[in-house]
Amino acid sequence: MADELLLEIVTPEEMVFSNEVEDVYVPGEEGAFGVLIGHAPMLSAVNHGELHFHRSGREIFYAVGEGYAEVTSERVTLLVETCERSDRIDADKVKRRKEELEKKLDGLAKDDSEVEKIKAELEMADIRIKVSERS
Amino acid sequence: MAESLRDIKRKSQAVEKTKQITRAMNMVAASKLKNAQTRMENFRPYASKVMEVLQSLSSQMQSSMNPLLAVRDPKRVRIILMTSDKGLCGGFNTNVIKATEEFMRSLKREEKEISLVAVGKKGRDYFRRKTTIAGNHVDALGKFTMDLAIEIGNEVIFPFEEAQYDELYIIYNEFRNVASQRPKIVRLLPLVADDLAEGESVFGDYIYEPSDEVLFARLVPMYIKVQIFNGLLETSAGEHGARMVAMENASNSCEEMIESLTLQFNKARQAAITTELMDIVGGTEALAKSS
Repeated sequence: MADELLLEIVTPEEMVFSNEVEDVYVPGEEGAFGVLIGHAPMLSAVNHGELHFHRSGREIFYAVGEGYAEVTSERVTLLVETCERSDRIDADKVKRRKEELEKKLDGLAKDDSEVEKIKAELEMADIRIKVSERS
Repeated sequence: MAESLRDIKRKSQAVEKTKQITRAMNMVAASKLKNAQTRMENFRPYASKVMEVLQSLSSQMQSSMNPLLAVRDPKRVRIILMTSDKGLCGGFNTNVIKATEEFMRSLKREEKEISLVAVGKKGRDYFRRKTTIAGNHVDALGKFTMDLAIEIGNEVIFPFEEAQYDELYIIYNEFRNVASQRPKIVRLLPLVADDLAEGESVFGDYIYEPSDEVLFARLVPMYIKVQIFNGLLETSAGEHGARMVAMENASNSCEEMIESLTLQFNKARQAAITTELMDIVGGTEALAKSS
């Protein structure tokens, strides 16, 4: 058994990350949870949020979209819709987009089908901004 | 002489220009195809993972667990048809449209109500006046991401949950290789365990967080979107592949035409020279006789 955990992050567009890490903190559906090597096998829904882990002493942050995680004793596989590393996020761009969305939201009726979608994107924007400040 | 020298020359120049265009389109298609193929490669780990998990959960699947698993009497059928937006790609669209027509005929024989979600301009244009169009996505295939699949997915998932229709199929060109695409019809909804190839349940003693029902609620829509995205990728790769081959053939035909035109031109020129020479020879002979 390897003494480090293998983390794989997969999105529909690409394999974002595949390497050994010391630990992983996943934004689970029912609250964040941490995984260390030797974890009991688990299948968990993942909420959009902040994912972080340690690798050779450094802490690395990602903003992830919805999906799920498969955990075995030596491997964590994350399947998420989107995934961005903290230092790749352009916070200014996200903030501008957020303002745009907020304006759009103000102009819409409460029962508009767009509202849900915009709210979801806004939530994601908040997470992205938060994560971008981590690096 | 049917055609003058100048006519032949003009024609051969025109064909030459056409050839340049088809050559260029061939090369553009080749590079786009390469891109599309890379995306397909990159998508594969995600798709196979989703399938793997769903398969292993399928033994626990009960139709009461999720509205997307609800099997109803299939009276109203919805079809997602994927074609390209642009033409000049050989029989690519014709084949998939023909397959769709055939499929629809068999559904109509069973007196089912059909509605269509058209992805790509060609399919929409063809079926616009023939069937109910429940939604269309035109000019979206040029540059698309998972977002498009999510959008289409949500568009078909919600009406199914509200029982606006009973069965969902997806029809697209399966990308087999550059030269060959084959129409493929897949049933997406309702999702039945038998549709998922029997997978070994490796998750027997797993902890499900929060519960298997919540996981299903997330996985099934994900599976639908994965299938749609896969269809989009295959369609896009297939389109470029088909166009590449079509343009290759067109360029070759141009070349053949130029060759035969050149031959014709040379013959005509030779004939003209011969006639002129005959004139001169005839003329001198006549002069020699008279003198």
